[in-house]
Amino acid sequence: MLLIACPWCGPRPEMEFRHAGEAHLARPADPAAVSDAAWAAYLYERSNPRGEHAERWRHLHGCGRFFNARRHTLTDRISATYKPGEAP
Amino acid sequence: MPNRFSFLTLAREALRSHAGWRPQWRSPERPQPAYDIVILGGGGHGLATAYYLAKEHRVGRIAVLEKGWIGGGNTGRNTTIIRSNYLFPESAALYDHAVRLWEGLSAELNYNVMFSPRGVLMLAHGEHDVQSLKRHVHANRLAGVDNEWLAPAACKAFCPPLDISPAIRYPVLGGALQRRGGVARHDAVAWGYARAASALGVDILENCEVTGIARDPRGGAVTGVETSKGHIRCGKLGVVAAGSTSLVMAMAGLRMPLESFPLQALVSEPVKPVFPCVAMSNTIHAYVSQSDKGELVIGAGTDQYTSYSQAGNVQILEHTLEAICEIFPIFRRMRMLRAWGGIVDVTPDRSPIIGTTSVPGLYVNCGWGTGGFKATPGSGHVFAATIARSEPHPIAAPFSLDRFVTGRVIDEAAAAAVMH
Repeated sequence: MLLIACPWCGPRPEMEFRHAGEAHLARPADPAAVSDAAWAAYLYERSNPRGEHAERWRHLHGCGRFFNARRHTLTDRISATYKPGEAP
Repeated sequence: MPNRFSFLTLAREALRSHAGWRPQWRSPERPQPAYDIVILGGGGHGLATAYYLAKEHRVGRIAVLEKGWIGGGNTGRNTTIIRSNYLFPESAALYDHAVRLWEGLSAELNYNVMFSPRGVLMLAHGEHDVQSLKRHVHANRLAGVDNEWLAPAACKAFCPPLDISPAIRYPVLGGALQRRGGVARHDAVAWGYARAASALGVDILENCEVTGIARDPRGGAVTGVETSKGHIRCGKLGVVAAGSTSLVMAMAGLRMPLESFPLQALVSEPVKPVFPCVAMSNTIHAYVSQSDKGELVIGAGTDQYTSYSQAGNVQILEHTLEAICEIFPIFRRMRMLRAWGGIVDVTPDRSPIIGTTSVPGLYVNCGWGTGGFKATPGSGHVFAATIARSEPHPIAAPFSLDRFVTGRVIDEAAAAAVMH
């Protein structure tokens, strides 16, 4: 089980958190203006790397807030957690 | 050529100390400089694709590239459950195509894949489950797929270790039974397809990892692959790389609607035959069968985060074992021998992707998520036709990559047997 450092609450066990997918995917500002392919890319395509991965977590059974983490997907080691809007 | 297995060859070898058996497939150290079709990935689906390409489509030289060894990936580490009771007609057609091929596979390959249609029983623990499973039963029967509803006492008669007492936390309210479902020996499927494909002239290159995809600078078509054994030219490239598909497709500049997760399974110590069928419960997440060696084979869930670590978390195993101890109390003192994880590629709608891509000459078969083993023969069969004709096989057509653009998704996410 991962030990995850919530930027607000500090280190807590993974059971308190809900993984929320890849981070930093920007929703098109005007969805009606983009093509179907671009909208599908936003909705469904993921980088899914074997290596460093920026991802969102939610401290569901804690403060309830979303934050970002940088984790290596081969070792599962989390090298940084940071608040939305911050740089890692 | 490998030996053909028959009573006569067995008797002949018995009389000469079994000295005449040859390797079951050719595994050339070096590849040919060029092939007409290269299949990237030597799992069950890739080997089946190569086999049906060689057998049913006259397409020239074929190679299967496997970065590890045959039977060393997810094909040899899954829980071997076979069924076709999916909700939507597109899925039922695909998976039932596979079940029909399973039924004749041992004879087809001259290799005993130990297909055992012992019945797959899916349990209901609440009113929602009852309605959902009955809907599956009706949908399946309309699609020509066998599935029937059993009351709790009938579930108990079919699967005696089941506890149907109303006192347990999630009492059994009934079950949907697909009698044609069952299990097969997973290694034998990989070995049998490898042997049969090799006998038809397919080169199976083990320890051959693809590191790049070469493309024509003008039209963008695939012209070959860079591998750990050098450059190999090819006319068509079929990617069947399961959990590593995103990484391979990125070599061709494509982003895929896939995420890779660790999926765990575990087996118990071996005991005498006590469990006659496959039992599954989606609500409390249990699925279990007994192998011919006597071990209980138990499938756990995926972890919540994407990973390539091939190791899952212990709370996922605990969750499954709690459910199994609850509905099968005779197993409460059983010891588990080992647990392991494999990486599965999951699509947004939990249905696979089979078809062409925007890159000429590049084909992909992926996204089987947590349940690809059951589809192995059907997947290979329709993918082979798709590659050979450069257009989707009718059964594969609904599973195209562009369904995420058109919106015609096949949303088995809610319909899957087990909620991950």
